Amino acid sequence: MTGASAAFAAGDAVRVRRAFPIGHVRAPFYIRGKAGTVERYCGEFGNPEERSVMQEDGPPIGLYRVRFRQAEVWPDYRGRPEDSIDIEIYANWLERA
Amino acid sequence: MHDGHDHAHPLRPDRDEHPGYYQVMATALRELLLEKNVFTAEELRRQMEKMDERGPHLGARVVARAWADAAFKTRLLADGPAACRELGVDIGPTRLVVLENRPELHNLVVCTLCSCYPRALLGLPPDWYKSVNYRRRAVREPRAVLEEFGTRIPDGTAVRVHDSTAELRYIVLPMRPAGAEGLDEAALAALVTRDAMIGVALPKAP
Repeated sequence: MTGASAAFAAGDAVRVRRAFPIGHVRAPFYIRGKAGTVERYCGEFGNPEERSVMQEDGPPIGLYRVRFRQAEVWPDYRGRPEDSIDIEIYANWLERA
Repeated sequence: MHDGHDHAHPLRPDRDEHPGYYQVMATALRELLLEKNVFTAEELRRQMEKMDERGPHLGARVVARAWADAAFKTRLLADGPAACRELGVDIGPTRLVVLENRPELHNLVVCTLCSCYPRALLGLPPDWYKSVNYRRRAVREPRAVLEEFGTRIPDGTAVRVHDSTAELRYIVLPMRPAGAEGLDEAALAALVTRDAMIGVALPKAP
């Protein structure tokens, strides 16, 4: 995953993988399958999915803050069209949109 | 019962006699660490005291300085931890991101997965921050949640929610309230509440 960690730059269009593995995952359910824009690259960190099962020696993976339009996240969203949500997503959950 | 009142207040039951699984595990871990001299009881007590001393007054100092000093605000928004260190506020390894409220943008912080919170600057999170209700609804209907807190966001202001799902921690830099221009930093800090730095409220009026 090391090569993938710098895979995206601010402004890139990305989509969160729509997957439902069991275990400790820090990509919230509500954002899976949704498309957004990279706000910033946050650096490399230990993979929480591995660390949660005591595997501490895996390669670090990239972490991104991704901005989503609320109207994209919730089809029945009742706020303003310009409302947004920023979420930290690990690289292994992101694909180019 | 209070004198002159005829109602009884419910008592919270003592739960000390029947610790749960995790309390037993935590106690066992603490006893082992002490027994193996990893740290002393005094060091443990001091660390707990230090953690309990952290609270919204630290965040309020940072916000007040940003209100009083535009150059500091620029540095704070660019590198939160470094700017806090300038003030002598040690936030340890916290990767702090400061979110600036502007007339066209209001920021709100939540952790939908658990209770991630900028403890180094705000202390322990309030109970409602950890509640399923807040965590579920802050992302889903933030404007309705804000209204329940008594905070009405004008239509021309976008609401941006920040879900602290991983390694970064967030604090809101509220807008300085009108009429606060001549105040010194201590007086400014008194206007900054915990809830304003989470984003569910606005600072007090001077």
